Amino acid sequence: MHTFSIKQLGEGLRARKFSSRELTQHFLKRIEQHDGKLNSFVTVCADGALKAADRADALLAKGSGGPLAGIPLAQKDIFCTEGVKTACGSRMLDRFIAPYDATIVTRLKDAGTVMLGKCNMDEFAMGSSNETSWFGPVKNPWDLTRVPGGSSGGSVAAVAAGLAPIATGTDTGGSIRQPAALTNLTGIKPTYGRVSRYGMIAFASSLDQAGVLARTAEDCAPVLQAMAGFDPLDSTSVDRPVPDYASALAAPVKGLRIGLPKEYFAEGLDPGTRDCVMAAVKKFQELGATVHDVSLPNSPLSVPTYYVVAPAEASSNLARFDGVRYGHRAEGVKTLEELYKRSRGEGFGAEVQRRIMIGTYVLSHGYYDAYYLKAQKVRRLICDDFKRAFEKVDVVLGPTAQNVAFKLGDKTSDPVAMYLNDIYTIAANLAGIPAMSLPGGFVNGLPVGVQLMGNYFDEARLLNVAHQYQQATDWHARRPKEFA
Amino acid sequence: MSLTADQIRQVAHLARLELKPEQVEKYARELSNILDMVGQLARADTGSTQPMAHPLDMAQRLRPDAVTEADRREAFQAHAPKVQEGLYIVPKVIE
Repeated sequence: MHTFSIKQLGEGLRARKFSSRELTQHFLKRIEQHDGKLNSFVTVCADGALKAADRADALLAKGSGGPLAGIPLAQKDIFCTEGVKTACGSRMLDRFIAPYDATIVTRLKDAGTVMLGKCNMDEFAMGSSNETSWFGPVKNPWDLTRVPGGSSGGSVAAVAAGLAPIATGTDTGGSIRQPAALTNLTGIKPTYGRVSRYGMIAFASSLDQAGVLARTAEDCAPVLQAMAGFDPLDSTSVDRPVPDYASALAAPVKGLRIGLPKEYFAEGLDPGTRDCVMAAVKKFQELGATVHDVSLPNSPLSVPTYYVVAPAEASSNLARFDGVRYGHRAEGVKTLEELYKRSRGEGFGAEVQRRIMIGTYVLSHGYYDAYYLKAQKVRRLICDDFKRAFEKVDVVLGPTAQNVAFKLGDKTSDPVAMYLNDIYTIAANLAGIPAMSLPGGFVNGLPVGVQLMGNYFDEARLLNVAHQYQQATDWHARRPKEFA
Repeated sequence: MSLTADQIRQVAHLARLELKPEQVEKYARELSNILDMVGQLARADTGSTQPMAHPLDMAQRLRPDAVTEADRREAFQAHAPKVQEGLYIVPKVIE
C-alpha cells in the first residue's frame, strides 16, 4: 500500500478494499520498522492518527470525503499542531506543545488527512542537509551515509522511504526543492502569499512558504489544493482564487516555451547532473515544447543577497525566544539580561546563532545601508530578471542542486560551502515566484532533480508541465531498495 | 571583512546571546567568511533601484478595529516556564 499513489489509495479506500485505519496502521508499522535508520520523525502520533483514521472511515462509509479523505500524511515539525509537540528541530522548543493548529494543519485535517507525526528538520529551518537538528541528523534513504538535504530532510526521508505517502514542507531558500532533488521526490514551493503562514514558525517572513512533498505532481495537486487560499489570519496572504490544480494536469505541453538560464549551466554544476537536466530538456522537446536561451544576469548575487536578507529577518523573528513566555529557560539566572542571554545561548544551536548574529550585524547602525538596504535593492534586480524572462518564456528550467546528495559531515565545518547548496533555488524565494523540483534521473545511483520555475500564481502550469513529464518518464517511480 | 573577537562579543550582546569563550574565536572566523561572501553585493550597480521588502510589493492589509480574538490566555500560559496570577515571572528588574 505504501507504493500506491494518492489516486490509487483514494480508489482503494472508496471501494472499501482497505480502510483508513488499516492504511494508517500499515504506515505506523513501517515507521516503527524503518525510522530507526532514518530519524525522519521527531514525534509519531499513533493514537491521534488512528482516531483521525476512524473519523475518515466514518465519512467514507457515508460516501462523502474528497480526494484526501483517509490519506495519511506527515507534517514538518515547523507547523503548530494543537496538543502535539512542535519543536522546529530545536532545543529551544523541545518541550513546546502547540496550543493551536497552523492554518494549513486545520485545512489538511478538514480535508480528511490522517497525521502520522511530525518530521525532523534543520533547526528553525536553517540548513541544507538536516544536520543542524537538535534531534540528530536525518539519513538519505538512497544512501544512509548521505544527507537527505534540508531543511525539510525528515519530510523527504519519510516519503522517499515509503513511511508516509505525502508530507508538508517549507521553503525559504530551497528547503522543499533541494531535499526533494536529493531523494527522488516531487516538491513544490508556491508563490509567496499563496499558502498561509499562520502557525508556521517564522524564519524569514518575506521568503517563507509552505508547500508539498510527494512522489509525483499528480499527488502534490490535491494537497496544494487543500492548503492554498486566502487566510485572514496571515497578513501576507493573497486574496486570489485558487484554480483547480487536478483538472489542469492533463493539458499537453505542445507549444510550451521553456527558458534555460545560461547562468544556471555555468561552472560549479556537476557534469552528471547537467546531463540529466539536458535529457529532461530533450524529453520536453519530444513532447512539443520549444526551448529558448534566457539570461538571469543577477543570479550570481542570489546567495549573497539571501544571506543578508534571511538572517536579518531571522534575527528579528527569533527575538521572541527569550525564555519568558514559552520555550527553553535557563536555570539559576539572577538577572533578566542573564535570562535572555543564557536561555538563547543554550536553546539555539550554532547555525542559528551564526545567522542571528549576521542578521543583527547587517541591521545595526552603520552597516544597515551597506548590507541590508543594498541587499533589498539587489533583490529587486533579481526579481526584475525573472519578469523579463517571463515575457519570453512560460517556464524556466534548470538544475535544482549542483550535485547529488553529499556525505554526512562533508560541509558542516564550512558554513559558506553549505550555503552554496542553495545556489539555484534561492532566486525563486527572493522573487516570490513558484518553483518545483522533480525527479530527473540518477548519477551513480543517487537522484538528480530538475527545477521548474514559473510566473506568479502559475502553480497550475508548473504542476501540469511536471505531470506531463512524469507521464513520459519513470524516474519518479524508482524507490530505494532498502525500503521497497 | 574581518570581525574581531570584540565585535563578535558586541553583536552577541545586541542579540542577547551568551557565547562561551571558545565559541567567540570560531564565530569570528566563520562570520568573517560569511561577510566576505556577502560583500560581493558591493559590486552590484543598484543606482536608482528601489529596495524590495516584499516579493509582491504588497502593502499591509488593514481590517476594522474590532475585537475578533477569543481570550485564550490560560491555554497559552499553560506552557510558560513560570506564571503567577496571569503574569509571566522573571528575575527582578527594578532595584
